[in-house]
Amino acid sequence: MTTEARLDFLPSRDGTIRLSLSGRIEVEHLATIAAPLEDFPLPASGGSLVMDMTAADTLDTAGAIMILRMERRCAAAGIAFSLSGLHNSAAQFLAHIRSIGEEKTPPPPIPHPVLELLERTGRATFHLLAEIRDILGFFGMLSITLIQSLRHPSRLRGGAILTHMEQVGLNALPIVGLLSFLIGVVLAYQGADQLQKFGAELLVVNILGVSILREIGILITAIIVAGRSGSAFTAQIGTMKVNQEIDAMLAMGLSPIEYLVQPRIFALVLTLPLLAFYADITALIGGATMCYMSLDITYDQFLLQFQNFIKLRTLLVGLVKAPFFAFAIAMIGCYQGLKVSGSAESVGRLTTKSVVQSIFLVIALDALFSIIFAKLHL
Amino acid sequence: MTEPPVISIRGLVSRFGSHLIHDGIDLDVNRGEILGLVGASGSGKSVLLRCAIGLMPTTAGHIEILGHVTGQMGDNEAKTLRHHWGVLFQDGALFSSLTVGENIEIALKQLPELPAALVTDIIHAKIALVGLPADAVHKYPSQLSGGMRKRAGLARALALDPDILFLDEPTAGLDPIGASAFDELILQLRESLGLTVFMVTHDIDSLARICDRIAVLVDKKLIVDTLPHLLEIPHPWVHDYFHGPRSHAAHIGE
Repeated sequence: MTTEARLDFLPSRDGTIRLSLSGRIEVEHLATIAAPLEDFPLPASGGSLVMDMTAADTLDTAGAIMILRMERRCAAAGIAFSLSGLHNSAAQFLAHIRSIGEEKTPPPPIPHPVLELLERTGRATFHLLAEIRDILGFFGMLSITLIQSLRHPSRLRGGAILTHMEQVGLNALPIVGLLSFLIGVVLAYQGADQLQKFGAELLVVNILGVSILREIGILITAIIVAGRSGSAFTAQIGTMKVNQEIDAMLAMGLSPIEYLVQPRIFALVLTLPLLAFYADITALIGGATMCYMSLDITYDQFLLQFQNFIKLRTLLVGLVKAPFFAFAIAMIGCYQGLKVSGSAESVGRLTTKSVVQSIFLVIALDALFSIIFAKLHL
Repeated sequence: MTEPPVISIRGLVSRFGSHLIHDGIDLDVNRGEILGLVGASGSGKSVLLRCAIGLMPTTAGHIEILGHVTGQMGDNEAKTLRHHWGVLFQDGALFSSLTVGENIEIALKQLPELPAALVTDIIHAKIALVGLPADAVHKYPSQLSGGMRKRAGLARALALDPDILFLDEPTAGLDPIGASAFDELILQLRESLGLTVFMVTHDIDSLARICDRIAVLVDKKLIVDTLPHLLEIPHPWVHDYFHGPRSHAAHIGE
């Protein structure tokens, strides 16, 4: 390897500034010479500058641009610029780089921050309203096709429904079971801690029963399913959209709603109540285990207390919410999947959005149910 | 001609699991040459390119690029060598969250820092060099057409003034006018920057127009020769490839 690039300032002669470039004038060696050259003070009084390149071995685009910048600076300062000792091929190369022009466009102006904030707020509001409108539209279309296919059950795709039930239900059993068991443990521990102060340990069973059966069991299950299956629906349908499979279906006269959306919705609506029931049971087992370990409430006592104070209605009030949550999760998952545009990047973005929206909807629906049940004195 | 080849591959073997893709490939690419690599779909053209630039491990064989034996290099040597080649992937593979200018800048940032004004000038020059309009510098890849994305990808590949340019199907997906403009651009860059070009292609027009030699990947081996010689090779696939109706349309073998 030859020496790296060097820049030398030679003594000036007859008012001529003399610089010398030597070595490899290439982009990877420029760092040491570019800054001194850029910062080199040019006299305001005119005169001339000679850049000696006799000892320059190579010249690449970046090096040529560096020299051309110096040339322009000299021209602007009214200084005569000349190169000496340039190899023939390097001179041609420099001329070529000079010829490709230096047209530049300024970066787009940065808008005023307050105006930009206002603009973004307005834009976001419009997007939100448009999205609510679109989701309502999708909900309407879905309702109509669902009612139609319930009237013609032979058009339901049983195989697909079963496959999706396996994916969203059976395959979710381990994670749903583990998490609800742990939630049961945590609730029992916190309840026991407080109730022990009043000597009312046994009431922890009532607290566990009511909170798990009415709220926690179904809510935890719905949130896990939204993160696990709602996102999967968006990703699956979105990937099909990117691959133009949806376009192919439409071109063949197949309805994506019937083939892709309906089976997922039916599967989730049928599965989520079962999953929620399973979560209720494992959470109660977790609570009972904790009661036995930290409060010495035996499993028999736990069951007796549970039987005496918890009514079947409590369980049903919890489970009746499941199909509604399931519908919301599946609908949002499929809707966002169908909204995917050409790029793979939008699959990722909309999958995130789908999870956020479906969890939001689940909790909002839960609040709505609370109000309804309170009014009905359930 | 005493100068050693820029790329030298000897006895390359590569496999996916038990599936043998290349079985003893030898290839030399000389400085300043444009070499086209062709082969049937799935014959491992892109795999060969990926092996050459070290994105895929090889099972056996020896790859030497610019005098460095890939696979036996330390991290620093490998990094330096990577600055001496540019790669254009099929659809440009531009970083979608960055503008075209930033895509080029990120390549320049690997080097010791240069003055900002000089970097801006270099970016604009590269964009002009590949024939993009000056305002493309502030655009995001999603705002460009397919042909412009390829040019932008090429500008990024050229950011560090590489000696070798690897192109993966540079003209695929371009209309014939765009494709021949791209061919012209490659020729022009080879002329002005002294590049060595290794291109995987399906485009029979590009082969005829800009490639000095052609490497044909058949039966897991390479046949490398100039086009007139390849036309006389009796191997059935090679014969069909260069004597098919599409070749005649490109005025090959007439």
